[in-house]
Amino acid sequence: MSTTSGFRIVGDRAPRPDARDKVYGLLRYADDFALAGMLHAKVVRATRPSARILKIDGSRAEALPGVTCVLTARDVPHNVLFSDVPGQTTAIGPLRARTQVLAGDTVRYLGEAVALVAAETEEAAEEAARLVVVEYEDRPGVFDPEEALRPDAPPLEPTGNVISRWKIRKGDVEAGFREADVVVAETYRTGFIDHAFIEPEAGVGWLDENGVITLRVATQVIEHFRDVANVLGLPHSRVRIIAPYIGGGFGGKEDVTVEVFLGLLVWKTRRPVRLCYSREESILSPTKRHPFVMKYTHGARRDGTLVALQVELIADAGGYAYLSPLTLLYAMVHAAGPYRIPHVKVDGVAVLTNNPPTSAFRGFGSAQPAFAYESQMDALARALALDPLAFRERNYLRKGERLASGQELETAVLLPETAARAWHALGPPRTPSGPGKRIGRGVASALTAYGRIVWLHDWSSAWVELQMDGTVLVRTGVPDIGGGQAASLVQITAEILGLAQDEITIHIGDSALTPLAGTTTATRQLYMSGSAVHKAASELRATLLQQTGELLNVPPETIVLADGLAYAEGNPQRKLSFKELAAACARAHRPRSAFAIYQAPAGQVMDFETGQGKVFPDFTFGSQAVEVEVDEDTGEVQVLRVVACYDVGKVINRNSVEGQVEGGVAMGIGYALLEEDRVAAGLTLTPNLMTYLIPTALDVPDVTAIILESGEGMGPWGARGIGEPALVPTAPAIANAVFDAVGVRVTRLPITPERLWRAGQEQPARRAR
Amino acid sequence: MRPIEFTLNGARARVTVEPHETLLWVLRQRLAATEVKSGCERGDCGACAVVLDGRAINSCLALAVQAEGKSVLTVRGLGGPEAPHPLQATFVELGAAQCGICIPGMLVSLYAFLQEHPRATRGEIREAIGGNLCRCTGYQKIVDAAEAAARRLVGATE
Repeated sequence: MSTTSGFRIVGDRAPRPDARDKVYGLLRYADDFALAGMLHAKVVRATRPSARILKIDGSRAEALPGVTCVLTARDVPHNVLFSDVPGQTTAIGPLRARTQVLAGDTVRYLGEAVALVAAETEEAAEEAARLVVVEYEDRPGVFDPEEALRPDAPPLEPTGNVISRWKIRKGDVEAGFREADVVVAETYRTGFIDHAFIEPEAGVGWLDENGVITLRVATQVIEHFRDVANVLGLPHSRVRIIAPYIGGGFGGKEDVTVEVFLGLLVWKTRRPVRLCYSREESILSPTKRHPFVMKYTHGARRDGTLVALQVELIADAGGYAYLSPLTLLYAMVHAAGPYRIPHVKVDGVAVLTNNPPTSAFRGFGSAQPAFAYESQMDALARALALDPLAFRERNYLRKGERLASGQELETAVLLPETAARAWHALGPPRTPSGPGKRIGRGVASALTAYGRIVWLHDWSSAWVELQMDGTVLVRTGVPDIGGGQAASLVQITAEILGLAQDEITIHIGDSALTPLAGTTTATRQLYMSGSAVHKAASELRATLLQQTGELLNVPPETIVLADGLAYAEGNPQRKLSFKELAAACARAHRPRSAFAIYQAPAGQVMDFETGQGKVFPDFTFGSQAVEVEVDEDTGEVQVLRVVACYDVGKVINRNSVEGQVEGGVAMGIGYALLEEDRVAAGLTLTPNLMTYLIPTALDVPDVTAIILESGEGMGPWGARGIGEPALVPTAPAIANAVFDAVGVRVTRLPITPERLWRAGQEQPARRAR
Repeated sequence: MRPIEFTLNGARARVTVEPHETLLWVLRQRLAATEVKSGCERGDCGACAVVLDGRAINSCLALAVQAEGKSVLTVRGLGGPEAPHPLQATFVELGAAQCGICIPGMLVSLYAFLQEHPRATRGEIREAIGGNLCRCTGYQKIVDAAEAAARRLVGATE
């Protein structure tokens, strides 16, 4: 069988089926879909970051020709969305983890949805939105998370601004520091980051012939049908969400976006409704990556052994909780990085402010601490006059060792290999392109969790059927956000059943018609739905072997499935086509389909007092090495080379793995050098792609992806997730390379020319390089 | 309202437009050319690029009336399942389309550029798509695919 004697399709560069429709312009994304009689909707958004709503007057808007309705909080049956946060909702109370659908008495950030309008044309809807008059009474706001922690800060909730606290305690951190010969302490800061997918949030909703509210929306989470139903007070089965192929997610289509608004408008108007955000609205509406303040103190012995770490993390949650408590938990577990440190103390707090709400973003809570801990590793190595690679190598965790949070690393940890290979693949250093230019190199390693927290009892399901014509159909509720989620499942099915990819059709992302697969988040789909499809296809395979064995009078275990045929090993002359097999199964009353549920291994909830316990199913480990050129006079940084080396366990589709790595590096370059939503007193000053800069083709160099396959991941054939891990080490590797070039450590992202120049002025005694 | 006429992917398109309506809006909303994507409506992202009389432009920055009497080419005009353009073929083969939302704009920009610069270097290809933002791929496989397509196109004419 293929799984023991090498692979036929898995591991190769099989073209994705969805790519064809994409390059021909045939694919209908969320906003490429229209229905007859469709209304156009707009959201009226708060123009103040912190205010009481005195009055909303929609009468002028309603009087406008073509306007169908104006909805406010009073029209929302249950005006609340909950984020379920294990370990926090019980400790701190569910009130903290809720968001209002439309602002009732107060607005807590600029851009918060206040009202909805629907009209016959988009122009009328825009005009109507402008005509809705909202009277505000400004309230004191708080725009800095550290200020929001002070007792006299204006409270967003009656109980204060703290939305979540976590801690990790391991060993005795004071004793640890007494053993240290060198202590490095620094505060690192990161900013608001926009997902900046090229497809803004969008969707069309309608009431189907059975009275089911059907929403075709760009979402990473079709399970939001439950949220829509809860808001409307309907049974869950009366709402259906369809996710077409999505034009980028990155966590920004993980929380509810347009779906609840569409559900409300469809329910009220009984007509099809379209809602598509403008770019400005996409940037002003939730959510962003959390800005973090990260106070790190590391202690190490003279020989380069890490002995102690103390960390304080402060996350700006913005106006509402969304997933902030979970993001912070991820940051806690990743805070010490992939290093062996006997004494660790980490305290984290997520704080409400009147800034834009923050939530999921690729590298969910693991990207921010990596900037801090990998900058620290570099600074420690230099303080100890040790080679940065050798220093890391001495302290990397090995398989079988435990994180500061007590979780054992149960699978391969190829960190030394990834760092060495990335570093050496940089090749000989380049010479500077001119006077005043300096070349520098840096490396960073990271671990990043994939799969959902083990206490959440994650599962996915899939259904695979042999059709009467011999082709195969796969159904699973996976949203495909561009990572090749659907294509990889086709490849897995093709491998197991011995079929070509074009003999397999896959239906994805429909909460009514495809078995639920969980969310396309947390780098979990290849692991979870890959495992569910693997299981379902394997069950169908067993059926086909049994059926063939009976027909050919040979033991089933001798049957080979290959090239769409079934035959006994060594006797390919006596063969059955899949079409013949389908008919034979039907005659024998043998099911031609298999439904499988994959349950992730579950675990106990961690100890909240010490932060000890298993939190994640597994991690992906990798390193990146970069070479930069810095202009000493202007502070400009150009990335010349990036090598990224990861152990992905097992490659399913090589193009997709490399694509995730290359795209992750590009996003990491943006995080390091370009991207930041500048927010002043709650007002976003970067509401378009001319002021919020994502990398262009000229900002990203060729990236070398080196892919290792330990075979020890949790997914099919030992695959690990790569979507989020790909982004994480880039920014610290660049920061370290900048230091290598000019001897200046920038502790705040992004490293803009101005920040680098200023840091150079503040650090005039440039350390020996 | 004013009737205008232009060629859309080789076929005659007649449509009545308001003077202020953009080419992007008319293509998507009036002519169902939804392969032209809308990413920012202010010329920052390149998702809405089309080829107007041989030049790639952002259709969000052009008025529909400016297309009068001209030829508009979208990604559907490059080729399709029956006869893919070499750019479309290499984009599929080399994995250059991930989420794919930037790809229609990316492909027509490259098409117009390679018409003028069939032997472009990798660096020149990067410059040619400098106005086409992609958030998924890191551009690498896009540049790889464009180079491979350029070689095929030059090979086919020699």
